[in-house]
Amino acid sequence: MAISVTEAAKAGVPVLLQGNEAVAEGAIAAGVRFYAGYPITPSTEIAEVLSRRLPEVGGTFIQMEDEIASIAAVCGASLAGAKALTATSGPGFSLMQEMIGFASMAQIPCVIVDVMRGGPSTGLPTDPAQGDVMQARWGTHGEHSVIALVPSSVEECYTLTVEAFNLSEQYRTPVIILSDALIGHMREAVTLPHPDKLRVAERGMPDCDPDEYDTVSSTIDNILPRPPLGSPFKVHVTGLVYNRRSGAPDTADPATAADLGRYLREKIYHHRDAIVRVEEVEMDGAEVAIFAYGSVARSAMAVVKKARAQGARVGMVRPITLWPFPTAAVARMAEQVRTVIVPEMNIKQMSWEVEAAVKGRAKVVDYGRVDGELITPEEILELVKPEFYYHRWEDT
Amino acid sequence: MSALVDEQRLEAAPEDCAPPRIKPHTTAEIRRHLRTPKTLWCPGCSNGTITRALIDAVLGLAIDPEKLVVVAGIGCSGRISAYLEYSTVHTAHGRALAVATGAKAADPGLEIVVVMGDGDCAAIGGNHFIHAARRNVDLTAIVFNNSIYGMTGGQTSPTTHLGDKSTTSVYGNVEPAFDLCELAHAAGATYVARGTAWSYQQLVNVIAGGIVHKGFSMVEAMAVCPVYYGRFNLTPDPAEFLRLQKEHAVPAAKFEDETRSHERYPIGVLHHAERAEFTTGLAGLKERAREAGHA
Repeated sequence: MAISVTEAAKAGVPVLLQGNEAVAEGAIAAGVRFYAGYPITPSTEIAEVLSRRLPEVGGTFIQMEDEIASIAAVCGASLAGAKALTATSGPGFSLMQEMIGFASMAQIPCVIVDVMRGGPSTGLPTDPAQGDVMQARWGTHGEHSVIALVPSSVEECYTLTVEAFNLSEQYRTPVIILSDALIGHMREAVTLPHPDKLRVAERGMPDCDPDEYDTVSSTIDNILPRPPLGSPFKVHVTGLVYNRRSGAPDTADPATAADLGRYLREKIYHHRDAIVRVEEVEMDGAEVAIFAYGSVARSAMAVVKKARAQGARVGMVRPITLWPFPTAAVARMAEQVRTVIVPEMNIKQMSWEVEAAVKGRAKVVDYGRVDGELITPEEILELVKPEFYYHRWEDT
Repeated sequence: MSALVDEQRLEAAPEDCAPPRIKPHTTAEIRRHLRTPKTLWCPGCSNGTITRALIDAVLGLAIDPEKLVVVAGIGCSGRISAYLEYSTVHTAHGRALAVATGAKAADPGLEIVVVMGDGDCAAIGGNHFIHAARRNVDLTAIVFNNSIYGMTGGQTSPTTHLGDKSTTSVYGNVEPAFDLCELAHAAGATYVARGTAWSYQQLVNVIAGGIVHKGFSMVEAMAVCPVYYGRFNLTPDPAEFLRLQKEHAVPAAKFEDETRSHERYPIGVLHHAERAEFTTGLAGLKERAREAGHA
């Protein structure tokens, strides 16, 4: 390689990067110093790049015995004070749910990249899909909070990995990046942000005496960092329901369980305005909106351009944060347009959620593919055309 | 016999593998290492005895309690995490060793003891167990082996013996039991020892030996479970159960040609070798990567 990714970012020159490589380089820029994973298509390049890059910067790469062990090791490393990452695809993501639940319950910052492929089971290992978007939200048992981000480009694979770590540190929660086989394996020339311009959240220490630690507790507006294992704070970390103040398990008191359960949800949902990011494209005066995310948003973008060029007022709402769901942005869109088109590489997973937020204020048209093929601009345009029955479309 | 190929042996196994001899501590000294004097363990359970043995070993070795981390799994034994006044992690069922591997790799300065039950370690966590042993991660795993699932009310575990009864083996268990020490040795553990709740001082010593050893140490602590295992099999009387344990356990040096069974097994340090340790290997790898990166 003529120039390293870090050097290119510093020099402000474009570099040709693959989506999975961009995740790995974004992780290095975010200060990740621990990765544990298990090989699985189409995510493996993330592990391969980090097995080389992490030791160079003093970090640790471990190939574990399976995906359960990978996310478990990530939890352990994070508890020991390191920013920690794992990456996988559908079958591995299913195995990781147990420990994602543990990380949610025990409030362990970490990031899980799921490079989505066709499923269920072994499915279509080399083809893109978006079938894990609901699993990202509800995959583990019990009530919990989660943040999930969806990159649509190689550049976002980089920047959203940095943001995922910032969110996970700030809210002490696992953050999931939902990439897919197209985004992960695509190469684009990208000019990355200068390292000095990147906001990177650091793990702090609670500013209290170790003896006082059991008497202070996080609030929704002030989530205290957890001291690392092997510190004078002598923390107890558990997957049992625990008293939020002392950290001690308490499975007998319904009030303790209610307090923790509400807190785990509200520490995310109370801050959804700060967390949620949505890109709106050509929504000015739009009559029809396409709600698209990940690789499908790239096809939707082409449709918006084509429609606008022909005078049809089509816009796009692209969630960058999929969870918490961008309810406010969708509600705003529903007030404005008469139709929302939801193309996705699954069957109705997010269109249900869109319908719930639209609340009948606009027509919702869902369109799903589960054959491992991309949704093309032409397919989406055919969904748009009937919504402009009075418009004369030129052949292109 | 080890199941590893290409073992990077550092030196031959030491001739004398006697563990350190630890002087017992007073109950007041032990109590200072406990968050609470209350446990949910049944009367007659060995878990309290093994917990005390661990604290005795920690005190005897003068380990800084602030640097000590106890990572536990799920089951009766896992509850130890909430009782000990150290940094403690109560992980998910079977996952303690994988969590501990991540913590140790991220911060090799931590002294980590992993506590697991027999089902926790050898059934749901079996994969993590053999791989932690193969990697020779510098962890000390203490397996509380009561030959049954106690927390869920007495079901068959991978160390329940052939013919034993449990709530899921009412006609007698048709599966043979694992010998956890043999399994650990075969998988590459470099310190393997067994102790019993009956032989308290010996248990303290072999735990201390495991903590001192640089590499993956496995101590199988034979526990009595009068409430479930004993009631269905040997005896529901804790004192009688402990007396039987004394009969069944034979010091390793005297065991040589005997045939192993659940009523005849060796105790003491069963295997001790020196081999490249995982986090040391990682540190060397980082050095090489840095040099290559700057070349």
